[in-house]
Amino acid sequence: MIIFYVFAAVAVGASLLVIAQRNPIYSVLLLIASFGALSGLYVMLDAPFVAVIQIVIYAGAIMVLFLFVVMLLNAPHEETEADERRHILLRSGPLRFGAFLAVVLACELGWALTRGGESGVFAGGSTTSVAAIGRSLFTDYAFAFEVTSVLILVAMVGAVVLAHRERA
Amino acid sequence: MLLLIPLLPFLGFLLNASVGRRISKAAAGAVACAAMAGSFAVSLAAVWSLMALGPEARVITQPFFSWITSGDFNVAFTLRLDPLAAVMILVVSGIGALIHIYSTAYMHEESDSEFARYFSYLNLFAAFMLVLVLGSNFLVMFVGWEGVGLCSYLLIGFWYQKKSATDAGKKAFIVNRIGDVGFVLGVLLIFVHFGTLDFLEIAQSIAPLAPETAFGTISVITLLLFIGATGKSAQIPLFVWLPDAMEGPTPVSALIHAATMVTAGVYMIGRNALLFSHAPQTLTIVAIVGVATALMAGTIGLVQNDIKRVLAYSTVSQLGYMFLAMGVGAYGAGIFHLYTHAFFKALLFLGSGAVIHALSGEQDLRRMGGLKKDLPITYWTFLIGSLAIAGVPGLAGFFSKDEILFRTFAGGHTLLWTIGLLTSLLTAIYMFRLVFLAFYGERRHQSHLHDAPPAMAIALIVLAIGSVVAGYAGLSGRFERFLEPSFGLHAEEATAGAGLETTLMAASSIVAVAGIGLAVFLFLKRRAAADRLAEQFAGLHRVLEHKYYVDEIYDAALVQPIHIASREGLWKIVDVRMIDGAVNGVAEAVRGGSEILRRLQTGSVRAYAASLFLGVVMVLGYYLWR
Amino acid sequence: MPTLNHYLLLSAVLFAIGTAGVFVRRNVITILLSIEIMLNAVNLTFVAFGRAMGSADGQIIVFFVMTVAAAEAAVGLAIVIALFRHRESLNPDMFTQLKW
Repeated sequence: MIIFYVFAAVAVGASLLVIAQRNPIYSVLLLIASFGALSGLYVMLDAPFVAVIQIVIYAGAIMVLFLFVVMLLNAPHEETEADERRHILLRSGPLRFGAFLAVVLACELGWALTRGGESGVFAGGSTTSVAAIGRSLFTDYAFAFEVTSVLILVAMVGAVVLAHRERA
Repeated sequence: MLLLIPLLPFLGFLLNASVGRRISKAAAGAVACAAMAGSFAVSLAAVWSLMALGPEARVITQPFFSWITSGDFNVAFTLRLDPLAAVMILVVSGIGALIHIYSTAYMHEESDSEFARYFSYLNLFAAFMLVLVLGSNFLVMFVGWEGVGLCSYLLIGFWYQKKSATDAGKKAFIVNRIGDVGFVLGVLLIFVHFGTLDFLEIAQSIAPLAPETAFGTISVITLLLFIGATGKSAQIPLFVWLPDAMEGPTPVSALIHAATMVTAGVYMIGRNALLFSHAPQTLTIVAIVGVATALMAGTIGLVQNDIKRVLAYSTVSQLGYMFLAMGVGAYGAGIFHLYTHAFFKALLFLGSGAVIHALSGEQDLRRMGGLKKDLPITYWTFLIGSLAIAGVPGLAGFFSKDEILFRTFAGGHTLLWTIGLLTSLLTAIYMFRLVFLAFYGERRHQSHLHDAPPAMAIALIVLAIGSVVAGYAGLSGRFERFLEPSFGLHAEEATAGAGLETTLMAASSIVAVAGIGLAVFLFLKRRAAADRLAEQFAGLHRVLEHKYYVDEIYDAALVQPIHIASREGLWKIVDVRMIDGAVNGVAEAVRGGSEILRRLQTGSVRAYAASLFLGVVMVLGYYLWR
Repeated sequence: MPTLNHYLLLSAVLFAIGTAGVFVRRNVITILLSIEIMLNAVNLTFVAFGRAMGSADGQIIVFFVMTVAAAEAAVGLAIVIALFRHRESLNPDMFTQLKW
């Protein structure tokens, strides 16, 4: 239980800092921390496979990609405007609206998710092994699996095309 | 075989309309004349075979195809030949053929394509007219009725570069159309009342009934039909188009507006003689309108200065006689006058055409004179025609006009007879005024004169012979007896006794001679007397010259109000404001709406995202609430 | 023991944080990061439910989600690079040419 709260606190805290930071590099690194905490939570949910691929793919590949881009673009700090220092909810325009919306969303989701059915104590036992996942993946969801590979191919091509620099 | 009669001219039309302008004038003219001659020959053959049948059985019916079959309404395209139709087809095709021959010379100066166009229209007209008279039911007749109206418009406005010609064509067509409204309503009522449009069937269903005593359904029907006849045959109130129609080439005036198309109204009444006999109220109206028109047109013709206008008003006047005959129940006499009138009126028009041709286009009587010596053929034939129309004994006009007057008097319509006699006097006066002004006296023009070329001369001579002898066909009532079966009536033999008949004949002859004498005095011997008379009665003279201001009255009372209502009311208000306004208004509304809506596109991504999430929150909230 | 509700609540909070981030930040890269946060929150939900229902489907879905997230991140960053080359700025408010 304690572990849960620790991981949860890390995750939430890191996420909050991600959106509060001005320096994008700090944001990326903090997000990696958040992912680490989530990975721990996955382990607690008897999903070792997911936990591992979370680290490997998310933290290891995607965040590294983000870092590449941030450093490539030499992303400047965000403009510091006067109202940057004020509290999030007091800033103007879409910011205020969006922030307010987020709070509302949180309440809604929370209410939605916890309202239904039993309190949801986990049934004991029945852990699914990696082998079982693999088997399911290649039989029941084989088609989706193949489609996903096409998706990745498309994304690759798209990324190359979009970022292509025109030779003058 | 009956189909050939209208078909040959129709083929002539097709040929001339399609390739006419590429073949020589001689060829185009030959095609048209051959078509008419062929039609005449077939008509002769058809009438011959008709005569072979016994007097009571003289009907040849040839159905061709079933035209409309819809529920109870069955109309077939059937042609029927009976004595009445026989007379008509011989007149149309025979005189038509002569006029076609005449036209080859008269229209010679036109270009190739115009020449071909003229003949194609003329042939088309003949085809439609023949369909009109051969039709066995109202609908086929109406096809011809409308078709001749169309051709009349085309031919009146033949020289379409002249505005006066196109105006006249439009006027003719529109006035005809107004009459046609009445005609169509009449036909509709006939179908409602009788269930059929076939002439024989209508006659059969009405024969056993007694004539109406009050103004009932049959009277309404016949009155509506008569309205159509007033439009087509230029009677009061729809005669105004005929004088203007003189804008067309003279042979057109001769054929369409003298001999054939304008007689369609008379023919129509003759065709439905039994029907009209059952509506005495309408017949009275017909007779009164006829005789009033005759008188009115006669007075106007007295003071006109254009040679063709005089003849036009003369035609209106003679048509009035025919309607008078129909109105008093003398259907045979009316058709008889139609037949003789065709001869001498066509002759007079063609003669005037020869005069105009010789004078290179001059039509004003005041600028003519002394043509007697230079245009002998034209003069002599014209004189014969004038004597015929004046009703001089021995010539065709005398027999037919006298028959009408006799029947009128014998029927007890003394007032109508008096007016008819008065109009005879006027006829003689204005016709001989025309003769004397044109052919006698000193020459008042400078052109080099040549008499009618052979093609024209032949037509003139043949028609002159006809004007003399045609009347003898009606001796001792032969003509009318021949026509009797067509009318389905048993004409009361004129039981008024031979003595009355001779007296009346003498009266008409005296009147005719008196009229000629008056004309001799006023226009030959002492022109000054005529001019003094004109000055003395200057006001009356002016009214007559302006045709009783009928055109002006129509214009002020009908045309201008309609014009103004259309322009101010229908156009400016309904079309521009309401219809355009509605359409444009819709467009404006859409535009205004989109003006407002497009402000949603702020371009700010975050605003879009905000609205996205707002939507999510709301939808989620909604589902949670339920 | 943490119940299902705990996890669900946690993921709701994370999702909300990600949403807020999309609005609040004026840097497109950080916006993309916020989107990643949201995706992670969803992953957590899936795994939690999968565990609660005792099937492997939850994890399989997460597998696919991650794949898609990777593809999307790649393409998104390519777009960011293209945009940066155009305007020399990463501020989303600078790219307003699609307005009316």
